[in-house]
Amino acid sequence: MHKSIGQINERIRDGSARVVTAEEMPAIVAELGEQGALKEVDVVTTGTFGAMCSSGAFFNFGHAEPPIRMERIWLNNVEAYGGLAAVDTYIGATQPSDTREDEYGGAHVLEDLVAGKSIELRASSRGTDCYPRRTITTELLLENVNQAIMCNPRNAYQRYNAATNTTDRTLHTYMGTLLPGCGNVSYSGAGLLNPISNDPHLRLIGSGVPIFLCGAQGLIIGEGTQHSPAGGFGTLMVTGDLKQMSQDYMRAATMTGYGVTLYVGLGIPLPVLDIDVVRTTAVRNEDISVDILDYAVPSRSRPVLRKVSYAELRSGSIDLNGEEVKTSSLSSFRRARQVAAELKGWVEQGKMQLALPTRPIDARKVSLPMHQSTQGPRVLDIMDRQVVSIHEDEEIKTAAKKLLKGETNHLPVINGAGILVGIVTTFDISKAVANPGKAHLVKDIMKTKVITAKPDEAVDIAVQKLKQYNISALPVVDAEYRVLGILTAMNLGKLFGGRWLK
Amino acid sequence: MKLLVNFSRGKGRKPIIAQVVRDTGVLINVERALIDSSEGEALIDVPDDQCQLVRDTMVSLGAKVHILEHGVSLNESECVDCGACISVCPREVFSFDPDWKLSLDEKLCVLCGKCVDACPSHALTLPL
Repeated sequence: MHKSIGQINERIRDGSARVVTAEEMPAIVAELGEQGALKEVDVVTTGTFGAMCSSGAFFNFGHAEPPIRMERIWLNNVEAYGGLAAVDTYIGATQPSDTREDEYGGAHVLEDLVAGKSIELRASSRGTDCYPRRTITTELLLENVNQAIMCNPRNAYQRYNAATNTTDRTLHTYMGTLLPGCGNVSYSGAGLLNPISNDPHLRLIGSGVPIFLCGAQGLIIGEGTQHSPAGGFGTLMVTGDLKQMSQDYMRAATMTGYGVTLYVGLGIPLPVLDIDVVRTTAVRNEDISVDILDYAVPSRSRPVLRKVSYAELRSGSIDLNGEEVKTSSLSSFRRARQVAAELKGWVEQGKMQLALPTRPIDARKVSLPMHQSTQGPRVLDIMDRQVVSIHEDEEIKTAAKKLLKGETNHLPVINGAGILVGIVTTFDISKAVANPGKAHLVKDIMKTKVITAKPDEAVDIAVQKLKQYNISALPVVDAEYRVLGILTAMNLGKLFGGRWLK
Repeated sequence: MKLLVNFSRGKGRKPIIAQVVRDTGVLINVERALIDSSEGEALIDVPDDQCQLVRDTMVSLGAKVHILEHGVSLNESECVDCGACISVCPREVFSFDPDWKLSLDEKLCVLCGKCVDACPSHALTLPL
């Protein structure tokens, strides 16, 4: 049996189409069988509501009198792109405000406009014969602009890897707050309600297909940026009219220590044409698995701790190395359900008809990492090789002399085998002198937990360590923990005016 | 009842909490404490009927005491029910109801503030 898109649209028009959400579908297929479900169900609606950083909107403000070609543009002090000429701009959701930083950004501008609040447009220009005006400042409501077109380059991610943290301190990431020692697992995504997970071969999802976008009727432009469906990480580029959107389905947000983002509600109605559609829309949370990545490693390829299904993640806790770890989501399953339910209502009431892609999206594409023709500075390029160290059995006084003579504030401490076992700073020595006690030897006062750097590590990683631990030097060690050098804030000066700033 | 106790450690470094336990016989549950060389702050839990006694005794020993009627509070119009707060909370204050709406049990809250930082929607605030 096969149903055509025309037949399904006809049923939508006469109000007889049977529409269900992707959450309801597995039980229907289990009850009626695949053939029965194909006969019964005409449309399956999907939905997701989560942080989608790669979002934003185009605006056309209309011409001012005298006219201006805006070159630098701010909306509520959030900079918008000035390269589109005259009175067009694009504002990105994650762009922070010049004055309020992470408290306010592009996403908040979009939400404020949708909420009916007024926004200050400020722009400047060089002034030309045709556009003589040089500055403009005006208050605008959404209804005052000609167009406000949301256009999101990378939305509707098929799934997200989950995140945890094996370090001993809290990490603030785009996956939220990650507690030390794998204290929690953070995940995102609507699982069985996710649009692409219900059409993984991208037979129904493609250019021109109508969608629910933040409460408005939008459409799919085509594949999203970083689209990588071969590995299960497809994305979509989508658009919709901001003027039709609702705050219920779009929310500005701030991830502490990371920045501003926009929560987007997005749903796609899928026509049940044949058995293959029945099968893909019967997907359950148990069938969709993701990796749990360790965000302790600040690298593109993070270690995978285990695989886990959305069913396990959604249960509230999972087993990680024999321990029960709490899980929580960054995306809202409740709102994803509301998106799918609202979309179901639209189709049932004939407000939205379905369409097949005018151009398909490649379902086998793989996104590649960046081609890097040059490597940034590494620790060994700028570290101090003339490092003064001290033996753990030396007296504190000797350490003080070494610090003075070496004009340094940090002494790596080594044992008999030349292995790094601690560090003492001028502060540790001062403390030992000011409060004389039983401590006589370096090993009595040294800090044994030393934060180190590797010689081939990127300087940016080392700088992040200095910042995270609020320290000013990192001993540089080889694989055996022998000290090769030391990296201090002073060495970072070499980065300025040197060959790294070409 | 939860009390937030602030004390200065300037004079004599009195073991205030221990002394109150001895003098009043009330078993104080210290839920959270941050004490450094000059000052201290402790969140303690005591039985409701002995709250006044503990408070008065602490005040007489030089501590400042606030009775905390409320734990963390949720602004429902800002909350999107993501649940980012659930796994960072040390006391299981947050959970989903059967409709995946976030619900909270204020009584369990120890006012650590971890959820406030973790909330992407600025929907959570601490009293005081």
